[in-house]
Amino acid sequence: MSRSTVALGERVATAVLWSAALGVIAVFAWLLVDLAGQGLSRLSFEFLTAAPRNAGRQGGLGPILVSTALILLVCMAVSLPLGLGTAILLAEFTAPTQRFGRLVRRSLDVLAGVPSIVFGLFGNVFFCQVLGLGFSILAGGLTLACMVLPILIRATEEGLRAVSDEHRRNAAALGLSRAATIAHLLLPAAMPGLLAGWILGVSRAAAETAALMFTSGYVDRMPESLLDSGRALTIHIYDLSMNVPGGNATAAASALVLVALLLLCNVASACFASRWLPRRSLAR
Amino acid sequence: MTSTQPCRPSPADGGPPCCEPHPWIETEGLSLHYSTRTAFRDVTLPIHKGCITAIVGPSGCGKSSLLQSLNRLTDLIPECRVTGRIRLDGQDVTGREVDVIALRRRVGMIFQKPIPLPFSIRKNLDFPLRQHGVRQASARQAKIERALRDVGLWNEVKDRLDAPAAGLSGGQLQRLCIARTLALDPEVLLLDEPCSALDPLASGTVEDLIASLRGRYTIAIVTHNLAQARRIADHVAVFWVQEGCGRLIEFGAAAAIFHQPTQELTAAYIGGMRG
Repeated sequence: MSRSTVALGERVATAVLWSAALGVIAVFAWLLVDLAGQGLSRLSFEFLTAAPRNAGRQGGLGPILVSTALILLVCMAVSLPLGLGTAILLAEFTAPTQRFGRLVRRSLDVLAGVPSIVFGLFGNVFFCQVLGLGFSILAGGLTLACMVLPILIRATEEGLRAVSDEHRRNAAALGLSRAATIAHLLLPAAMPGLLAGWILGVSRAAAETAALMFTSGYVDRMPESLLDSGRALTIHIYDLSMNVPGGNATAAASALVLVALLLLCNVASACFASRWLPRRSLAR
Repeated sequence: MTSTQPCRPSPADGGPPCCEPHPWIETEGLSLHYSTRTAFRDVTLPIHKGCITAIVGPSGCGKSSLLQSLNRLTDLIPECRVTGRIRLDGQDVTGREVDVIALRRRVGMIFQKPIPLPFSIRKNLDFPLRQHGVRQASARQAKIERALRDVGLWNEVKDRLDAPAAGLSGGQLQRLCIARTLALDPEVLLLDEPCSALDPLASGTVEDLIASLRGRYTIAIVTHNLAQARRIADHVAVFWVQEGCGRLIEFGAAAAIFHQPTQELTAAYIGGMRG
Protein backbone atom coordinates (compact mmCIF):
# COMPACT_ATOMS: atom_id res chain seq x y z
CA MET A 1 0.00 0.00 0.00
CA SER A 2 1.37 3.41 -0.87
CA ARG A 3 1.80 6.11 1.67
CA SER A 4 -1.07 8.16 0.30
CA THR A 5 -3.60 5.31 0.58
CA VAL A 6 -2.54 4.73 4.20
CA ALA A 7 -3.01 8.43 4.90
CA LEU A 8 -6.41 8.35 3.19
CA GLY A 9 -7.40 5.29 5.23
CA GLU A 10 -6.40 7.02 8.44
CA ARG A 11 -8.36 10.10 7.48
CA VAL A 12 -11.48 8.08 6.70
CA ALA A 13 -11.18 6.17 9.98
CA THR A 14 -10.76 9.43 11.91
CA ALA A 15 -13.78 10.92 10.18
CA VAL A 16 -15.90 7.85 10.95
CA LEU A 17 -14.93 7.87 14.63
CA TRP A 18 -15.55 11.59 14.98
CA SER A 19 -18.93 11.42 13.28
CA ALA A 20 -19.97 8.49 15.49
CA ALA A 21 -19.03 10.48 18.60
CA LEU A 22 -20.69 13.63 17.31
CA GLY A 23 -23.78 11.59 16.42
CA VAL A 24 -24.15 10.48 20.02
CA ILE A 25 -23.79 14.05 21.27
CA ALA A 26 -26.22 15.27 18.60
CA VAL A 27 -28.96 12.92 19.77
CA PHE A 28 -28.61 14.20 23.32
CA ALA A 29 -28.45 17.83 22.17
CA TRP A 30 -31.52 17.39 19.98
CA LEU A 31 -33.43 15.90 22.89
CA LEU A 32 -32.45 18.78 25.17
CA VAL A 33 -33.28 21.45 22.57
CA ASP A 34 -36.63 19.85 21.87
CA LEU A 35 -37.50 19.66 25.57
CA ALA A 36 -36.26 23.19 26.18
CA GLY A 37 -38.24 24.54 23.21
CA GLN A 38 -41.44 23.07 24.61
CA GLY A 39 -40.92 23.49 28.31
CA LEU A 40 -38.45 26.28 29.05
CA SER A 41 -41.21 28.92 29.24
CA ARG A 42 -42.85 26.98 32.11
CA LEU A 43 -39.67 26.79 34.20
CA SER A 44 -39.37 29.10 37.17
CA PHE A 45 -38.57 28.87 40.86
CA GLU A 46 -42.27 28.74 41.58
CA PHE A 47 -42.62 25.77 39.20
CA LEU A 48 -40.22 23.80 41.42
CA THR A 49 -42.06 24.58 44.66
CA ALA A 50 -45.77 25.08 43.95
CA ALA A 51 -48.37 22.32 44.02
CA PRO A 52 -49.78 21.19 40.65
CA ARG A 53 -53.16 22.63 39.69
CA ASN A 54 -55.69 21.78 37.01
CA ALA A 55 -54.36 18.19 36.66
CA GLY A 56 -50.84 19.55 36.34
CA ARG A 57 -51.47 21.94 33.46
CA GLN A 58 -50.79 24.78 35.87
CA GLY A 59 -48.96 25.13 39.15
CA GLY A 60 -45.69 23.31 39.78
CA LEU A 61 -43.85 20.21 40.92
CA GLY A 62 -43.37 20.77 44.67
CA PRO A 63 -45.08 17.65 46.08
CA ILE A 64 -43.88 15.58 43.15
CA LEU A 65 -40.25 16.43 43.76
CA VAL A 66 -40.72 15.62 47.45
CA SER A 67 -42.35 12.26 46.62
CA THR A 68 -39.58 11.45 44.13
CA ALA A 69 -36.91 12.27 46.69
CA LEU A 70 -38.63 10.15 49.34
CA ILE A 71 -39.00 7.18 46.98
CA LEU A 72 -35.30 7.42 46.05
CA LEU A 73 -34.37 7.77 49.70
CA VAL A 74 -36.27 4.61 50.66
CA CYS A 75 -34.76 2.82 47.67
CA MET A 76 -31.18 3.78 48.57
CA ALA A 77 -31.60 3.31 52.32
CA VAL A 78 -32.63 -0.29 51.67
CA SER A 79 -30.48 -1.19 48.68
CA LEU A 80 -27.16 0.36 49.74
CA PRO A 81 -26.56 -1.72 52.89
CA LEU A 82 -28.00 -4.86 51.30
CA GLY A 83 -26.00 -4.34 48.11
CA LEU A 84 -22.78 -3.54 49.93
CA GLY A 85 -23.13 -6.58 52.18
CA THR A 86 -23.87 -8.94 49.32
CA ALA A 87 -21.04 -7.54 47.21
CA ILE A 88 -18.55 -7.93 50.06
CA LEU A 89 -19.70 -11.48 50.61
CA LEU A 90 -19.36 -12.28 46.91
CA ALA A 91 -16.03 -10.55 46.35
CA GLU A 92 -14.23 -11.26 49.61
CA PHE A 93 -15.69 -14.42 51.06
CA THR A 94 -16.58 -16.64 48.10
CA ALA A 95 -14.13 -17.91 45.51
CA PRO A 96 -15.15 -17.16 41.91
CA THR A 97 -15.53 -20.88 41.29
CA GLN A 98 -17.60 -21.70 44.35
CA ARG A 99 -21.11 -22.94 43.69
CA PHE A 100 -22.90 -20.58 46.09
CA GLY A 101 -21.23 -17.51 44.61
CA ARG A 102 -22.00 -18.67 41.09
CA LEU A 103 -25.65 -19.20 42.01
CA VAL A 104 -25.99 -15.71 43.53
CA ARG A 105 -24.24 -14.11 40.55
CA ARG A 106 -26.39 -15.96 38.03
CA SER A 107 -29.57 -14.89 39.85
CA LEU A 108 -28.40 -11.29 39.86
CA ASP A 109 -27.77 -11.36 36.13
CA VAL A 110 -31.26 -12.71 35.55
CA LEU A 111 -32.74 -10.08 37.88
CA ALA A 112 -30.85 -7.30 36.09
CA GLY A 113 -32.49 -8.32 32.83
CA VAL A 114 -36.06 -8.49 34.15
CA PRO A 115 -38.25 -5.75 32.60
CA SER A 116 -39.26 -3.06 35.07
CA ILE A 117 -42.97 -3.65 34.48
CA VAL A 118 -42.49 -7.12 35.95
CA PHE A 119 -40.90 -5.58 39.03
CA GLY A 120 -43.91 -3.26 39.17
CA LEU A 121 -46.36 -6.16 39.17
CA PHE A 122 -44.28 -8.05 41.70
CA GLY A 123 -44.11 -4.98 43.94
CA ASN A 124 -47.84 -4.49 43.64
CA VAL A 125 -48.56 -8.05 44.71
CA PHE A 126 -45.85 -8.41 47.36
CA PHE A 127 -45.40 -4.99 48.97
CA CYS A 128 -48.81 -3.39 48.30
CA GLN A 129 -51.04 -6.42 48.87
CA VAL A 130 -49.23 -9.19 50.77
CA LEU A 131 -47.39 -6.83 53.13
CA GLY A 132 -50.38 -4.49 53.14
CA LEU A 133 -48.45 -1.32 52.34
CA GLY A 134 -50.99 -0.25 49.71
CA PHE A 135 -50.07 2.31 47.07
CA SER A 136 -47.35 4.09 48.98
CA ILE A 137 -43.96 5.74 48.75
CA LEU A 138 -42.60 2.90 50.89
CA ALA A 139 -43.88 0.22 48.48
CA GLY A 140 -42.49 2.17 45.51
CA GLY A 141 -39.09 2.64 47.13
CA LEU A 142 -38.85 -1.03 48.09
CA THR A 143 -39.78 -2.12 44.57
CA LEU A 144 -37.11 0.16 43.12
CA ALA A 145 -34.63 -1.25 45.63
CA CYS A 146 -35.24 -4.76 44.27
CA MET A 147 -34.67 -3.41 40.80
CA VAL A 148 -31.39 -1.55 41.39
CA LEU A 149 -29.86 -4.16 43.72
CA PRO A 150 -28.35 -6.23 40.90
CA ILE A 151 -26.65 -3.15 39.41
CA LEU A 152 -25.34 -2.03 42.78
CA ILE A 153 -24.05 -5.45 43.72
CA ARG A 154 -22.29 -6.18 40.45
CA ALA A 155 -20.66 -2.73 40.33
CA THR A 156 -19.49 -2.98 43.94
CA GLU A 157 -18.23 -6.51 43.45
CA GLU A 158 -16.31 -5.53 40.31
CA GLY A 159 -14.86 -2.57 42.19
CA LEU A 160 -13.66 -4.80 45.04
CA ARG A 161 -12.27 -7.46 42.70
CA ALA A 162 -10.34 -4.80 40.81
CA VAL A 163 -8.21 -4.15 43.93
CA SER A 164 -5.17 -6.35 43.49
CA ASP A 165 -4.58 -9.26 45.88
CA GLU A 166 -1.22 -7.74 46.80
CA HIS A 167 -3.07 -5.30 49.02
CA ARG A 168 -5.03 -8.03 50.79
CA ARG A 169 -1.83 -10.00 51.38
CA ASN A 170 -0.01 -6.88 52.51
CA ALA A 171 -2.74 -6.08 55.03
CA ALA A 172 -2.97 -9.68 56.23
CA ALA A 173 0.81 -9.77 56.76
CA LEU A 174 0.39 -6.85 59.16
CA GLY A 175 -2.10 -8.91 61.10
CA LEU A 176 -5.02 -6.70 60.11
CA SER A 177 -8.41 -8.39 60.39
CA ARG A 178 -10.57 -9.03 57.33
CA ALA A 179 -13.09 -6.48 58.61
CA ALA A 180 -10.48 -3.73 59.07
CA THR A 181 -8.95 -4.49 55.69
CA ILE A 182 -12.30 -4.25 53.96
CA ALA A 183 -13.51 -1.16 55.79
CA HIS A 184 -10.31 0.89 55.73
CA LEU A 185 -8.47 -0.28 52.63
CA LEU A 186 -10.58 -2.16 50.11
CA LEU A 187 -13.81 -0.16 50.18
CA PRO A 188 -12.05 3.21 49.84
CA ALA A 189 -9.97 1.78 47.02
CA ALA A 190 -13.03 0.36 45.31
CA MET A 191 -14.92 3.63 45.72
CA PRO A 192 -14.77 4.72 42.03
CA GLY A 193 -16.48 1.50 41.00
CA LEU A 194 -18.94 1.72 43.87
CA LEU A 195 -19.78 5.30 43.02
CA ALA A 196 -20.30 4.51 39.36
CA GLY A 197 -22.65 1.69 40.33
CA TRP A 198 -24.55 3.82 42.81
CA ILE A 199 -24.98 6.66 40.30
CA LEU A 200 -26.22 4.17 37.71
CA GLY A 201 -28.57 2.74 40.31
CA VAL A 202 -29.94 6.11 41.43
CA SER A 203 -30.31 7.22 37.83
CA ARG A 204 -32.14 4.08 36.90
CA ALA A 205 -34.39 4.42 39.96
CA ALA A 206 -35.04 8.12 39.28
CA ALA A 207 -35.85 7.38 35.66
CA GLU A 208 -38.18 4.50 36.44
CA THR A 209 -41.86 4.72 35.54
CA ALA A 210 -43.33 1.29 35.03
CA ALA A 211 -42.28 -0.14 38.38
CA LEU A 212 -43.76 2.84 40.24
CA MET A 213 -47.06 2.94 38.41
CA PHE A 214 -48.37 -0.07 40.34
CA THR A 215 -46.65 0.63 43.63
CA SER A 216 -46.33 4.29 44.62
CA GLY A 217 -49.37 5.43 42.67
CA TYR A 218 -50.53 8.70 41.13
CA VAL A 219 -51.57 10.93 44.00
CA ASP A 220 -50.02 14.36 43.48
CA ARG A 221 -50.68 15.79 46.95
CA MET A 222 -47.81 16.55 49.31
CA PRO A 223 -47.07 13.22 51.08
CA GLU A 224 -47.44 13.26 54.86
CA SER A 225 -45.81 9.91 55.57
CA LEU A 226 -44.03 7.11 53.75
CA LEU A 227 -47.31 5.21 53.72
CA ASP A 228 -48.99 7.89 51.59
CA SER A 229 -49.19 7.43 47.88
CA GLY A 230 -46.81 9.79 46.08
CA ARG A 231 -46.39 10.65 42.43
CA ALA A 232 -42.85 10.38 41.10
CA LEU A 233 -41.53 12.81 38.51
CA THR A 234 -41.54 10.19 35.77
CA ILE A 235 -45.16 9.23 36.47
CA HIS A 236 -46.05 12.93 36.37
CA ILE A 237 -44.44 13.29 32.94
CA TYR A 238 -46.15 10.15 31.68
CA ASP A 239 -49.54 11.24 33.01
CA LEU A 240 -49.27 14.77 31.60
CA SER A 241 -48.26 13.67 28.16
CA MET A 242 -50.63 10.71 27.83
CA ASN A 243 -53.74 11.53 29.87
CA VAL A 244 -53.93 15.32 30.16
CA PRO A 245 -54.80 17.26 26.99
CA GLY A 246 -52.76 20.46 26.96
CA GLY A 247 -50.22 19.08 29.43
CA ASN A 248 -47.32 18.80 26.98
CA ALA A 249 -45.54 22.00 27.98
CA THR A 250 -45.56 21.02 31.65
CA ALA A 251 -44.46 17.51 30.73
CA ALA A 252 -41.48 18.91 28.82
CA ALA A 253 -40.61 21.27 31.67
CA SER A 254 -40.78 18.37 34.17
CA ALA A 255 -38.61 16.29 31.88
CA LEU A 256 -36.05 19.11 31.81
CA VAL A 257 -36.04 19.09 35.60
CA LEU A 258 -35.51 15.32 35.61
CA VAL A 259 -32.63 15.51 33.12
CA ALA A 260 -31.06 18.34 35.11
CA LEU A 261 -31.29 16.27 38.30
CA LEU A 262 -29.63 13.27 36.64
CA LEU A 263 -26.86 15.47 35.21
CA LEU A 264 -26.34 17.01 38.63
CA CYS A 265 -25.98 13.52 40.09
CA ASN A 266 -23.32 12.63 37.53
CA VAL A 267 -21.35 15.85 37.91
CA ALA A 268 -21.45 15.59 41.69
CA SER A 269 -20.09 12.06 41.59
CA ALA A 270 -17.36 13.03 39.12
CA CYS A 271 -16.27 15.93 41.37
CA PHE A 272 -16.35 13.68 44.40
CA ALA A 273 -14.31 11.05 42.59
CA SER A 274 -11.61 13.44 41.43
CA ARG A 275 -11.29 15.38 44.71
CA TRP A 276 -11.55 12.74 47.34
CA LEU A 277 -10.51 9.48 45.79
CA PRO A 278 -6.88 10.00 44.73
CA ARG A 279 -5.88 10.27 48.38
CA ARG A 280 -7.34 6.90 49.21
CA SER A 281 -6.47 5.11 46.03
CA LEU A 282 -4.33 1.99 46.29
CA ALA A 283 -3.13 2.35 42.72
CA ARG A 284 0.53 3.17 42.42
CA MET B 1 28.66 -4.61 57.86
CA THR B 2 28.09 -7.20 60.51
CA SER B 3 30.31 -10.25 60.82
CA THR B 4 29.56 -13.18 58.60
CA GLN B 5 30.74 -15.62 61.25
CA PRO B 6 28.47 -18.63 60.91
CA CYS B 7 26.29 -19.65 63.79
CA ARG B 8 27.31 -22.78 65.63
CA PRO B 9 24.66 -25.06 67.01
CA SER B 10 24.65 -23.39 70.41
CA PRO B 11 26.33 -20.62 72.40
CA ALA B 12 28.01 -23.33 74.47
CA ASP B 13 30.00 -24.33 71.39
CA GLY B 14 31.25 -20.81 70.94
CA GLY B 15 28.57 -19.61 68.53
CA PRO B 16 27.00 -16.17 68.91
CA PRO B 17 24.42 -15.92 71.69
CA CYS B 18 21.65 -15.78 69.12
CA CYS B 19 21.79 -19.45 68.38
CA GLU B 20 19.99 -21.58 70.89
CA PRO B 21 19.99 -25.34 70.55
CA HIS B 22 16.29 -25.32 69.66
CA PRO B 23 15.08 -23.44 66.62
CA TRP B 24 12.57 -20.63 67.22
CA ILE B 25 10.49 -21.52 64.21
CA GLU B 26 10.74 -24.84 62.43
CA THR B 27 8.93 -26.84 59.83
CA GLU B 28 8.63 -30.58 59.82
CA GLY B 29 7.68 -32.51 56.69
CA LEU B 30 5.95 -29.40 55.36
CA SER B 31 4.34 -29.59 51.91
CA LEU B 32 2.22 -27.05 50.08
CA HIS B 33 -0.17 -27.97 47.29
CA TYR B 34 -2.04 -25.62 45.00
CA SER B 35 -5.04 -26.99 43.12
CA THR B 36 -2.96 -28.18 40.16
CA ARG B 37 0.62 -28.40 41.40
CA THR B 38 2.81 -28.86 44.45
CA ALA B 39 4.90 -25.81 45.38
CA PHE B 40 7.26 -27.68 47.71
CA ARG B 41 7.34 -31.06 49.41
CA ASP B 42 8.57 -32.47 52.67
CA VAL B 43 10.54 -29.48 53.92
CA THR B 44 12.09 -29.79 57.37
CA LEU B 45 13.81 -26.54 58.16
CA PRO B 46 14.96 -25.07 61.49
CA ILE B 47 15.21 -21.28 61.79
CA HIS B 48 17.29 -20.35 64.79
CA LYS B 49 16.52 -17.57 67.19
CA GLY B 50 18.26 -14.28 66.53
CA CYS B 51 19.96 -15.60 63.41
CA ILE B 52 19.56 -14.72 59.76
CA THR B 53 18.60 -17.72 57.67
CA ALA B 54 18.86 -17.18 53.92
CA ILE B 55 16.67 -19.25 51.63
CA VAL B 56 18.18 -19.46 48.16
CA GLY B 57 17.50 -21.38 44.98
CA PRO B 58 16.29 -20.93 41.41
CA SER B 59 12.94 -19.33 40.57
CA GLY B 60 9.84 -21.43 41.09
CA CYS B 61 11.30 -23.70 43.74
CA GLY B 62 8.75 -22.69 46.37
CA LYS B 63 10.84 -20.30 48.47
CA SER B 64 8.23 -17.57 48.64
CA SER B 65 5.45 -20.09 49.17
CA LEU B 66 7.39 -21.53 52.11
CA LEU B 67 7.78 -18.08 53.64
CA GLN B 68 4.08 -17.35 53.22
CA SER B 69 3.11 -20.64 54.81
CA LEU B 70 5.10 -19.74 57.95
CA ASN B 71 2.68 -16.96 58.95
CA ARG B 72 -0.32 -18.61 57.29
CA LEU B 73 -0.65 -16.07 54.49
CA THR B 74 -1.31 -19.14 52.37
CA ASP B 75 -4.73 -19.22 54.06
CA LEU B 76 -5.69 -16.39 51.70
CA ILE B 77 -5.08 -18.50 48.59
CA PRO B 78 -8.14 -20.53 47.60
CA GLU B 79 -7.56 -24.27 47.17
CA CYS B 80 -4.14 -24.09 48.78
CA ARG B 81 -3.42 -27.01 51.11
CA VAL B 82 -0.58 -27.21 53.62
CA THR B 83 0.42 -30.48 55.24
CA GLY B 84 3.07 -31.14 57.86
CA ARG B 85 3.99 -29.17 60.96
CA ILE B 86 5.13 -25.62 61.66
CA ARG B 87 6.22 -24.92 65.21
CA LEU B 88 6.79 -21.45 66.62
CA ASP B 89 8.58 -21.55 69.97
CA GLY B 90 7.57 -25.20 70.26
CA GLN B 91 3.88 -24.62 69.57
CA ASP B 92 2.15 -25.93 66.49
CA VAL B 93 0.64 -23.11 64.42
CA THR B 94 -0.91 -25.10 61.59
CA GLY B 95 -4.22 -25.88 63.28
CA ARG B 96 -7.56 -24.31 62.44
CA GLU B 97 -7.93 -23.00 65.98
CA VAL B 98 -4.75 -20.91 65.80
CA ASP B 99 -5.38 -17.15 66.00
CA VAL B 100 -3.75 -16.16 62.70
CA ILE B 101 -3.96 -12.46 63.45
CA ALA B 102 -1.91 -12.90 66.61
CA LEU B 103 0.42 -15.26 64.70
CA ARG B 104 1.01 -12.68 61.98
CA ARG B 105 1.82 -10.09 64.60
CA ARG B 106 4.49 -12.43 66.02
CA VAL B 107 5.72 -13.44 62.57
CA GLY B 108 5.92 -10.31 60.42
CA MET B 109 6.50 -10.31 56.69
CA ILE B 110 8.11 -7.95 54.18
CA PHE B 111 7.55 -8.33 50.43
CA GLN B 112 9.62 -7.60 47.37
CA LYS B 113 7.44 -4.68 46.36
CA PRO B 114 6.93 -2.28 49.26
CA ILE B 115 3.27 -1.31 49.36
CA PRO B 116 2.38 1.53 51.71
CA LEU B 117 -1.11 1.71 53.15
CA PRO B 118 -2.91 4.60 51.43
CA PHE B 119 -2.33 6.86 54.42
CA SER B 120 0.26 9.27 55.78
CA ILE B 121 3.69 8.07 56.91
CA ARG B 122 2.61 8.25 60.56
CA LYS B 123 -0.68 6.46 59.99
CA ASN B 124 1.11 3.63 58.15
CA LEU B 125 2.55 2.66 61.52
CA ASP B 126 -0.23 4.01 63.70
CA PHE B 127 -3.09 2.20 62.00
CA PRO B 128 -1.79 -1.39 62.48
CA LEU B 129 -0.83 -0.58 66.07
CA ARG B 130 -4.33 0.69 66.78
CA GLN B 131 -5.85 -2.36 65.11
CA HIS B 132 -3.73 -4.53 67.39
CA GLY B 133 -5.22 -2.82 70.41
CA VAL B 134 -2.51 -0.35 71.42
CA ARG B 135 -4.98 2.20 72.79
CA GLN B 136 -2.71 4.83 74.30
CA ALA B 137 -1.67 7.47 71.77
CA SER B 138 1.59 8.18 73.59
CA ALA B 139 2.51 4.48 73.57
CA ARG B 140 1.84 4.31 69.84
CA GLN B 141 3.86 7.47 69.22
CA ALA B 142 6.81 6.02 71.14
CA LYS B 143 6.67 2.77 69.18
CA ILE B 144 6.42 4.68 65.88
CA GLU B 145 9.46 6.79 66.66
CA ARG B 146 11.48 3.81 67.86
CA ALA B 147 10.64 1.77 64.78
CA LEU B 148 11.44 4.64 62.41
CA ARG B 149 14.76 5.16 64.21
CA ASP B 150 15.51 1.44 63.99
CA VAL B 151 15.22 1.53 60.21
CA GLY B 152 17.12 4.82 59.93
CA LEU B 153 14.13 6.67 58.54
CA TRP B 154 13.39 8.97 61.48
CA ASN B 155 15.69 11.82 60.49
CA GLU B 156 14.49 11.64 56.90
CA VAL B 157 10.78 11.83 57.67
CA LYS B 158 10.36 13.35 61.14
CA ASP B 159 9.34 16.71 59.65
CA ARG B 160 6.76 15.26 57.29
CA LEU B 161 5.15 12.44 59.24
CA ASP B 162 1.74 13.55 58.03
CA ALA B 163 2.66 13.59 54.34
CA PRO B 164 1.33 10.72 52.20
CA ALA B 165 3.59 7.67 52.42
CA ALA B 166 3.28 7.17 48.66
CA GLY B 167 5.62 10.16 48.19
CA LEU B 168 8.63 8.27 49.59
CA SER B 169 11.28 6.74 47.34
CA GLY B 170 11.45 2.97 46.79
CA GLY B 171 14.18 2.39 49.35
CA GLN B 172 12.46 4.61 51.91
CA LEU B 173 9.18 2.77 51.29
CA GLN B 174 10.81 -0.59 51.91
CA ARG B 175 12.28 0.72 55.17
CA LEU B 176 8.86 2.15 56.07
CA CYS B 177 7.34 -1.29 55.50
CA ILE B 178 10.00 -2.85 57.73
CA ALA B 179 9.38 -0.16 60.38
CA ARG B 180 5.65 -0.83 60.17
CA THR B 181 6.30 -4.48 60.96
CA LEU B 182 8.90 -3.76 63.67
CA ALA B 183 6.48 -1.40 65.43
CA LEU B 184 4.31 -4.44 66.16
CA ASP B 185 7.16 -6.08 68.13
CA PRO B 186 7.39 -9.30 66.11
CA GLU B 187 9.59 -12.23 67.08
CA VAL B 188 10.24 -13.40 63.54
CA LEU B 189 10.77 -11.40 60.35
CA LEU B 190 10.14 -13.07 57.02
CA LEU B 191 11.68 -11.14 54.14
CA ASP B 192 10.75 -12.07 50.60
CA GLU B 193 13.44 -10.63 48.31
CA PRO B 194 13.28 -7.29 50.11
CA CYS B 195 16.06 -5.69 48.05
CA SER B 196 15.46 -6.95 44.54
CA ALA B 197 13.07 -4.18 43.48
CA LEU B 198 15.42 -1.43 44.71
CA ASP B 199 18.30 0.44 43.12
CA PRO B 200 21.80 -0.68 44.24
CA LEU B 201 22.24 2.12 46.75
CA ALA B 202 18.85 1.62 48.40
CA SER B 203 19.40 -2.13 48.26
CA GLY B 204 22.66 -1.71 50.19
CA THR B 205 20.94 0.43 52.83
CA VAL B 206 18.17 -2.12 53.33
CA GLU B 207 20.70 -4.97 53.46
CA ASP B 208 22.70 -3.18 56.15
CA LEU B 209 19.47 -2.58 58.03
CA ILE B 210 18.58 -6.28 57.92
CA ALA B 211 22.07 -7.22 59.11
CA SER B 212 21.71 -4.74 61.99
CA LEU B 213 18.56 -6.53 63.17
CA ARG B 214 20.50 -9.75 63.78
CA GLY B 215 20.23 -10.92 67.34
CA ARG B 216 17.06 -8.91 68.04
CA TYR B 217 14.80 -10.77 65.66
CA THR B 218 14.73 -14.22 64.13
CA ILE B 219 15.05 -13.57 60.42
CA ALA B 220 14.36 -15.67 57.34
CA ILE B 221 15.19 -14.01 54.05
CA VAL B 222 14.50 -15.27 50.54
CA THR B 223 17.06 -13.87 48.15
CA HIS B 224 18.29 -14.43 44.61
CA ASN B 225 21.45 -12.56 45.41
CA LEU B 226 23.99 -15.15 46.61
CA ALA B 227 26.53 -12.46 47.42
CA GLN B 228 23.97 -10.93 49.72
CA ALA B 229 23.27 -14.28 51.35
CA ARG B 230 27.01 -14.75 51.84
CA ARG B 231 27.33 -11.30 53.43
CA ILE B 232 24.47 -11.43 55.91
CA ALA B 233 23.34 -15.01 56.50
CA ASP B 234 24.22 -17.23 59.44
CA HIS B 235 22.44 -20.22 57.94
CA VAL B 236 21.59 -21.01 54.36
CA ALA B 237 18.85 -23.27 53.04
CA VAL B 238 19.20 -24.27 49.39
CA PHE B 239 16.05 -25.15 47.49
CA TRP B 240 15.87 -26.90 44.15
CA VAL B 241 13.16 -28.04 41.78
CA GLN B 242 13.02 -31.82 41.73
CA GLU B 243 10.30 -33.81 39.98
CA GLY B 244 8.33 -30.63 39.35
CA CYS B 245 8.23 -29.35 42.89
CA GLY B 246 10.48 -27.52 45.31
CA ARG B 247 12.70 -29.50 47.70
CA LEU B 248 15.10 -28.42 50.39
CA ILE B 249 18.36 -30.01 49.22
CA GLU B 250 20.81 -28.62 51.71
CA PHE B 251 20.81 -26.68 54.95
CA GLY B 252 23.67 -25.58 57.11
CA ALA B 253 25.88 -22.79 58.39
CA ALA B 254 26.56 -20.18 55.73
CA ALA B 255 30.32 -20.78 55.69
CA ALA B 256 29.84 -24.50 55.21
CA ILE B 257 27.34 -24.07 52.38
CA PHE B 258 29.50 -21.56 50.56
CA HIS B 259 32.85 -23.29 51.10
CA GLN B 260 32.14 -27.00 51.46
CA PRO B 261 28.70 -27.78 50.07
CA THR B 262 27.86 -31.46 50.41
CA GLN B 263 25.48 -31.58 47.45
CA GLU B 264 26.65 -31.35 43.86
CA LEU B 265 23.62 -29.22 42.96
CA THR B 266 24.51 -26.73 45.68
CA ALA B 267 28.10 -26.59 44.53
CA ALA B 268 27.02 -26.00 40.94
CA TYR B 269 24.52 -23.36 41.99
CA ILE B 270 26.97 -21.53 44.24
CA GLY B 271 29.73 -21.83 41.67
CA GLY B 272 27.63 -20.73 38.74
CA MET B 273 26.32 -17.59 40.30
CA ARG B 274 28.32 -14.46 40.73
CA GLY B 275 27.36 -11.74 43.16
